[in-house]
Amino acid sequence: MGKPSLAVWKFASCDGCQLSLLDLEDRLLDIAEAVDIAHFPEASTAHADGPYTVSLVEGSITTPRDADRIRAVRHQSELVVAIGACATAGGIQALRNLADSDEFVRTVYATPTYIDSLATSTPISDHIEVDIELRGCPVSKIQLLDVVGALLAGRKPDLPTYPVCIECKARGVSCVMVAGGIACLGPITQAGCGAICPAYDRGCYGCFGPAETVNVASLAWQWRELGIEDEALVRSLRTFNTAAPAFAAASAAIEDR
Amino acid sequence: MHKTDRLRSFRIEELTRVEGEGALEVVVDGDEIVDLEFRIFESPRFFEAFLRGREYTEAPDITARICGICPVAYQTSSINAMEQILGIRVSPQIRDLRRLLYMAEWIESHALHIYLLHAPDFLGFPSGMAMAAEFPTEVRDALRLKSIGNDLMACIGGREIHPVNPMVGGFHRAPTPDQLRAVEPDMEWALEAALRTVALVSTFPFPELDLDYEFVALSDPDEYAVLDGRIRSSEGIDITVDEFNDVFVEEHVERSNALHARIRDRGSYHVGPIARFNLNREQLHPVALKAARGIEPVVVNPFRSIVVRAVELVHACATGLDIVRRYVRPESPAATAPVRAGEGHGASEAPRGLLYHRYRIDESGIITDAQIVPPTSQNQLRIEEDLRRLIPTILGLTDEEMQHHLEQAIRNYDPCISCATHFLDFRVHRS
Repeated sequence: MGKPSLAVWKFASCDGCQLSLLDLEDRLLDIAEAVDIAHFPEASTAHADGPYTVSLVEGSITTPRDADRIRAVRHQSELVVAIGACATAGGIQALRNLADSDEFVRTVYATPTYIDSLATSTPISDHIEVDIELRGCPVSKIQLLDVVGALLAGRKPDLPTYPVCIECKARGVSCVMVAGGIACLGPITQAGCGAICPAYDRGCYGCFGPAETVNVASLAWQWRELGIEDEALVRSLRTFNTAAPAFAAASAAIEDR
Repeated sequence: MHKTDRLRSFRIEELTRVEGEGALEVVVDGDEIVDLEFRIFESPRFFEAFLRGREYTEAPDITARICGICPVAYQTSSINAMEQILGIRVSPQIRDLRRLLYMAEWIESHALHIYLLHAPDFLGFPSGMAMAAEFPTEVRDALRLKSIGNDLMACIGGREIHPVNPMVGGFHRAPTPDQLRAVEPDMEWALEAALRTVALVSTFPFPELDLDYEFVALSDPDEYAVLDGRIRSSEGIDITVDEFNDVFVEEHVERSNALHARIRDRGSYHVGPIARFNLNREQLHPVALKAARGIEPVVVNPFRSIVVRAVELVHACATGLDIVRRYVRPESPAATAPVRAGEGHGASEAPRGLLYHRYRIDESGIITDAQIVPPTSQNQLRIEEDLRRLIPTILGLTDEEMQHHLEQAIRNYDPCISCATHFLDFRVHRS
């Protein structure tokens, strides 16, 4: 039996999540031994045609061409893993969904007619069936390695759905919001990063997107107690996971208040 | 297509081993280039547009997301601009920490490009991973070097990609001396590995190509400029960062989702390691200066950028090691100042070259206007000109060999198409 094959695809994104693969260092060579890296243009000129066992997809869908391209990826792949906030929620570029995107084009480009862009930035799952979603801006390379390892071993990857607060407790970081008076999105943000921001004396800014159950009303109350304007909370929710349903609904509800 | 045909057309549909998505199309009639287009079709992401309405404190975190390979460069240039508006000057300790974080980014980015993206061209492999079978020690060294750069970024910044710690005024939390001392043995190893890298890449076979460039880089009287400085060129430009738009102009061309930059009334210019080296060589760390002694006084062969990048890798490791050894934790991790309205300009030397930011903020600190000029948009015109000069020298080669040379020439610039928006779709039509 041949080795499983791995393909890496890029859509609208910063390259950071696929770079996490190259950041696996020694373990990258172990992966390269365990699988055929069949398509990974950022790292290799070699290309093998599909079908592929696993496709890792980075980035969001923002152009008509990319909407076609992602369907072709699905057809050639046994398993599709969406990696990172762009692929799972549309990324920061989904801020265009709230705005007049023609105006966005005019702000950046002098000759807007050259730009062929959709009015929205949408996650991969809006276009095709996705088997696994890996959150984060960027993804955690430990989670990425776990997912690749799990798929190779034929088991389900172990991804948390609880909030960052649990990771603060596990890391022994005292609550930056209750004890430090710093605004934090940790109570409504999915764990996975290892509570990096609170460990560096700042509030979580939500790059892993909404946790499974969120109580935004309670969080908004807490932020107001700290003397923070609602506009600041709306902006915080409208950042790297602005279009994630729970964050989008929450920011709209607070704005309507 | 057969070589004896007059019209030859080449097309690289997807340039590999660069960051982002681009394409190259070339049409040659006999030995005349009829058409040459280096196209960037990376999907536009409109950062300048959605920065409007955000708070000034958010610019470092948001602009970091333009590029996963050089987030610290984006954070630094945006922080410089905001600090100019607010009139913040940071302590020498904070400046040292910033420089250390920036050197960590240079280490991971340069190690990635030298070994995994560019060296395979010179050694005839499709990837760094494929090189591992024949060059196991070198590839392991490369991965460890990259990993040390990453670990240092994570130590100071919280994580290696999109660090969370830098902010306008300094850092959320300064690392303890113990945390930094822990990386010292690794940094010592990295410096030795970087010196071996210079020795290794110096032996590569370099295609002949000497070009006439105008080099542009930041310069500083006291150091090999990275964090800030004046913008200088090899043809006499010497301006403050604030004057960037007086001298450089960006234009939008049909083939590209990136804006092309040029010097007003003059044309293309070159930013990046060779530009920095040619303008500021004497200010390299003494260890790096010594490692560079075999290099020509002015590097004008773009293929030799890999050697200069290796020398900069030595500089980054040696400079980083000095900072780690003298580190004293700042009394306060960040300086603060009340918000005021204004316009600010910031620049720094990203691994790929000069990165310019400009912002206007209102009296409550909300961004009303933003402009970002990444290094790859500044080099894009220059890349096309390099290819125009290269093609006549390689017309005798097969299409496949030609394509290889053209891709290698593009990789000389370590183009970050994600930054310039992002990759290469290569087509050559031979008439």
